[in-house]
Order: sequence, then structure tokens, then C-alpha cells
Amino acid sequence: MPVSLEGARRIYEALKACDIKLVSALPETWLVPLLRLVEADQEMRLVQVAREEESIGIAAGAYFAGLPSIHVMQNHGFLAAINPLVSLAMLYKIPVLLLISYRGSWGERDPWQTQGGLLTEPVLRALTIPYYCLRREDDLTRRLKEAQALALSALHPVAVLLTREVLWEDEEP
Amino acid sequence: MLRVDALREIYPELEQHIVVTIMGAVAAELYALGHRPNFFYMEHSMGLASSLGLGLALALPGRQVVVLDGDGSLLMNLGTLTTLARYRPPNLLHIVFDNSSLVSVGGFPTATASGTNLAEMARAAGVPRVLEAETPAQFRTAVTQALARPVMTTLVARVEASGPASYRLDLDLLENRFQFKRYLDSLRSSS
Repeated sequence: MPVSLEGARRIYEALKACDIKLVSALPETWLVPLLRLVEADQEMRLVQVAREEESIGIAAGAYFAGLPSIHVMQNHGFLAAINPLVSLAMLYKIPVLLLISYRGSWGERDPWQTQGGLLTEPVLRALTIPYYCLRREDDLTRRLKEAQALALSALHPVAVLLTREVLWEDEEP
Repeated sequence: MLRVDALREIYPELEQHIVVTIMGAVAAELYALGHRPNFFYMEHSMGLASSLGLGLALALPGRQVVVLDGDGSLLMNLGTLTTLARYRPPNLLHIVFDNSSLVSVGGFPTATASGTNLAEMARAAGVPRVLEAETPAQFRTAVTQALARPVMTTLVARVEASGPASYRLDLDLLENRFQFKRYLDSLRSSS
């Protein structure tokens, strides 16, 4: 049951198509292959944070400076970043493109991920953050570009959720 | 040392650089010295001024970024020291005014009042240059040194726990935000 390298490569290519130049992240199992691709790319800057809240500050700085960025975290990290999303990004109308691994949802086998899985979408809705759950058959570049366009036009955070079917190769059930 | 005297000491330099402040006394005192479109007062999100400054500094390597932080704010985001140290943009000067107090909310002592040493924490995190100042003259020298030789610097300045009479800025936060963004856009289009 490995992380899908094909899924990671497709997401990386979508980030390239969006002209992403700065990627802040707090690595977790699902995200490692994607972050390795980002790290190896001379045109992208990977900034690894100690806590996801930092990513929202970095996002604001990159936006002010005109550098396209994306901020990669697990859904539990998104829950840790709620205050700066509210009191920096939303208060100051700053577009933040969030790429969130959606743990604890369909097919999850780790019990400790499940409570965060149950709360991820309700919390996104409560925060009025538009989100899209990527599916394996999606045109990932199109979906990422749409999220980026909406964030920039709405001056608001927008989230793309990375589901298990995009990032994980399950054994046959 | 009074924080406002320290700010007055370096205001001519601040005028020329991209400046991000925390909320409260620091923002009000800098604003009172004279607002500039290159000043961004982060009126919330305590702890994230240095993260915002890191994003700016990484994205604008040709420009000097100065973050005006405080002990209460930094203590809310200590991990930032490890991230600053890791990426250490040479164009980032991180100034921490340490008054051992949450002065803007009425003066509860912070952990630096009971022995926590932010300069030692910055050193231990790996920040490449850490300076300290207790007088306006020392502060002036430290800032001059930090700006003269580009190495990412955290400067911890001991200041008294006093604030301005008013914390109000005659500037809506969104007005500040759009003005600051437009200023940075103009830098890019002129370079």
C-alpha cells in the first residue's frame, strides 16, 4: 500500500502548469513523493515549516511580493491553521491556495485519522472556504488552475483536497 | 530603552525598506513616526509577522525586509525561529522588542520575565546572526551592522514595558493592505 507516485507526479505537473514558484509544506506520508519532486525542481522553492500556521504568513508574504505559491498540509494541519486563515488571510483579503491531504475519509484504515476526516469539510464550509475534492479521473491541471483563479479573483483562501484515490495505491480489497 | 526611541533611531532606514510590524504598541508607534506605503501593520495573527517577512524576503531577494516583532508574539510561534534559520534569507532583519510583557493587553508578564531568553533561543535554532541591544546607541549600531553585511539576523532589543497613549491607526487595515500590495507591485514593474 504505497503512496501513489503517479498521483504525486500528476499533481506536480499541475503545479508547474499553474506557474507555482513557492511551495510551503509540512510533510506527511501521503505528501512525501510530491514534495520530493518540488524539492528537486530548480524553479520552485520548497519551504518546510514547523507548524502549518506559518504557511499562512508565508502565503501572505509571497502574495504581496507577487510570487505564485501553494501551501501543502494534512487536513489536521489545516485544522491547526484556522486562526491565521481567519485573522490574516480572510481579514486582509489574501488569496491562499491550500493543497490538503484528506486523511480519515473513504477507505481510511488508521483510526487516529478519522475524527479529523469527519470534520474537514464541515470546517471548510463553516469558514466559507471553497473546496474541491480531487478524483482520480479529474484533469488535475484544470482543477488546480480553477482553484488558483478563484482565490485570486475572490481574494480568499481556496482549498483543493487530495483524496485517497488520487494519492494512494490500495491493495485489492 | 523606550521602544519608540529605538524606532526613532532607525526610522531613516525603515523608510527605505519593506517593513512588517506586529499589532499593538509597535504598530502605533511606527505609524505615529510617519506612515509609508512600504509599511505593513499586521493587526492580528500574533506570531506570524516573521513568517510573512520570510515569504516577502524569499520572494524579493533584491529587497531588504525588516520585521518588527515582540516577545509575546514570538513566543506564540517559536517554530518560526527554526524556519527562519533553515532558509536564512540574507535580506531579512528580524527585530524583536522584548519588554517581558503583553503590554498592549494590559501588561501580563511573558515568559521572558521569568528567564526565557529569546536571543539564546534564536542562536540555538540556528539563526546565523543574533544581536542584542539595551540602549538606543547599541540598537542603532546593531541595525547598521545587520543592514551593512547581508546575513539573516535576529536582533533582540530590551525595551521598557510602556506603550503609546492610543493604539488606533488612522488607517483602515484593508487600506494599508492594498496600499502595501500596490507599492510592492510598483517595485516589480520598475525593476
